[in-house]
Amino acid sequence: MAVKRLGAFLFACVLAAPAFAKGGTAMHFEPDLSNRQSLLRGARTFVNYCLSCHSAAFMRYNRLGLDLDIPGEVLKANLMFGTDKPGETMTVAMNPSDAERWFGVAPPDLSVTARARGADWLYTYFMTFYRDPARPTGVNNLAFNDVAMPHVLWELQGWQRPVYREEGGGAQAVRVIDHLELESPGLLNEEQYEATVRDLVNFLVYLGEPIKLKRYTIGVWVILYLLILLGIVYLLKREYWSDVH
Amino acid sequence: MSAVVRTLVGLRDWIDARFPLMEQWNAHLAKYYAPKNFNFWYFFGSLALFVFVLQIVTGIWLTMNYKPSADLAFASVEYIMRDVEWGWWIRYLHSTGSSAFFIVVYLHMYRALLYGSYKRPRELLWIIGMLIYLTLMGEAFFGYLLPWGQMSYWGAQVIISLFGALPIIGDPLALWIRGDFVVSDVTLNRFFAFHVVAFPLVLCGLVVAHLLALHEVGSNNPDGVEIKEVKGVDGIPLDGIPFHPYYTVKDIVGVVVFLIFFCAVVFFTPEMGGYFLEHANFVPADPLKTPEHIAPVWYFTPFYAILRAIPSQLGGVLAMGAAVTLFFFLPWLDRSPVKSVRYRGWRYKTALGIVTVSFLVLGYLGVQPPTPTFSWMSRFFTIMYFFFFLFLPAQTSVDEHGFAKLYRQAIRLLLWVLIAAFDISFLGEFRGDKPIAERMSELAPFAIFAVALTAFGTFVEFTRYYRRDQDKPVPQRVTWP
Repeated sequence: MAVKRLGAFLFACVLAAPAFAKGGTAMHFEPDLSNRQSLLRGARTFVNYCLSCHSAAFMRYNRLGLDLDIPGEVLKANLMFGTDKPGETMTVAMNPSDAERWFGVAPPDLSVTARARGADWLYTYFMTFYRDPARPTGVNNLAFNDVAMPHVLWELQGWQRPVYREEGGGAQAVRVIDHLELESPGLLNEEQYEATVRDLVNFLVYLGEPIKLKRYTIGVWVILYLLILLGIVYLLKREYWSDVH
Repeated sequence: MSAVVRTLVGLRDWIDARFPLMEQWNAHLAKYYAPKNFNFWYFFGSLALFVFVLQIVTGIWLTMNYKPSADLAFASVEYIMRDVEWGWWIRYLHSTGSSAFFIVVYLHMYRALLYGSYKRPRELLWIIGMLIYLTLMGEAFFGYLLPWGQMSYWGAQVIISLFGALPIIGDPLALWIRGDFVVSDVTLNRFFAFHVVAFPLVLCGLVVAHLLALHEVGSNNPDGVEIKEVKGVDGIPLDGIPFHPYYTVKDIVGVVVFLIFFCAVVFFTPEMGGYFLEHANFVPADPLKTPEHIAPVWYFTPFYAILRAIPSQLGGVLAMGAAVTLFFFLPWLDRSPVKSVRYRGWRYKTALGIVTVSFLVLGYLGVQPPTPTFSWMSRFFTIMYFFFFLFLPAQTSVDEHGFAKLYRQAIRLLLWVLIAAFDISFLGEFRGDKPIAERMSELAPFAIFAVALTAFGTFVEFTRYYRRDQDKPVPQRVTWP
């Protein structure tokens, strides 16, 4: 019976799946993987701010060095802070059950997050943390409502507060967030912080699929080869078919 | 003759004395005569074979590093994507290949619809082809679970639970397929076995049978003319040319053109905007977290839209099953002696146009969330889809009396019963307390499709659409520019 009820429930899910999917993806960001400097800066932000709670368990340090032209010594000195060896993957020491006790949810692995969420979402997420006293961490997020993660980049961005506006009239009026404004500035000004987020999202997109750096170039050569081959096989076909009447 | 050639000829003769090598070569290639007027639509048979081989080869290499266990599957796919030399390429070839397989097979099947290739004497050829299509659907379904992402997991969960909708045997059947109360490691392991061993074996056998049946009856062509009926003094069909070398060199051109499009996807957009690789599938499977929107991969969506169009679960499952199985009966539903659409009347052409549009629209609706507009649209196009098959015997039968007459009246009646049900349930929406002005957004689409369906019924009545078609005379020989 339980199975039947589950079946009915799933069927209801399918029928009633709501139109909205990921919430307000308001901001647009076009990642640029050709900018190696940006990827390096993003990697720095990533290992300094993300890689203490979040792992990237499918990514090896030396792959990062290879792809971004980082010499072994520089890689070890600047991007590896634990006891990991360059051939190992980016894991963290935090115990998932501890993390669940502290945050309510274990921080997810970030290896392929960019492929699941998309660059637009990540960019919006990093830009729209705002103060919300109702939350245990003191912050909320426009892209991810009631997010469990604290605003880790606060010392860079500072704190934002929401500015509300009334929607609808009279007794039915509701307060919705119109925009966010900077309440207390951080170490970076708004322009510098936005650049930091751009670098970080670029890096996360690279992290999601490292081969993306080379895939397009290989593809161009493959298509060129196929076009030449097409010319040859077409001439072959025309030659053979010249006696069909 | 050089020594090398002499040796090779000697080797061939040595084999030929012990194995029917030249006999098979001649029967299936060098002396298999195919009509000379094949057009664009005839590339997709050889392309399907090409993609099949591609899937087998890339599949073997993927299996070398994939781990069929709930704990390791997701990570092993990422291992292939990052640490295995050219693993990303093999994986994208395979994932793009599965979508390409369905594109090619759908076009191959549509060719049969256009030129009547399912008709006598090719009924069995068509049925074997349909069995390949069904097996392919199973193969794709099993394979989709293997990456063990959220969409893999919940897609399998939903589809298996559909079997649970069947009366009495439903629950035990779903349990038997899963091997567990939810999709789990057990399910993954058996799906792996089906995907990698059982179904490819069945497919291989069916493909061989499909080719044997084809070479027994001979290929159809865009004119629907039987080339074997007009033979020269040498016993060779006048409109036939040997498959090899003519069609081998032509099909190589087809394969290269296909590869250009295929590689463009593999290298530049392997996710195809979330249609070939769904975004949610980059989140590891989590039995405790249902995704907000579960959509099957695009090649199942027309049938999925039909499933959702029917308001009852069992009815939906049965309608979905019927939508696929009706194709098996096409050789007998179509009574017309004319094969090719080139020589058929306007009724069949309209019907084919309607079913084409319906299939494409249903495919689109299957990936969309079911808003009221989309729900009514899918109901409308589901009815249109089924009426293609139901009208076909009436439109194509030469018989005007007895059972044929009864059948015509029956489907007319069925259409009007459906229209009445559609319209009455629409009018029923006006009861209730809520003011109509507030419900415009949900009533408007309903109204549009109630009107559209009534208009279709009126069109059928005025044009006597269900009546016998006026076919054109078919030429003796194939047309050739």
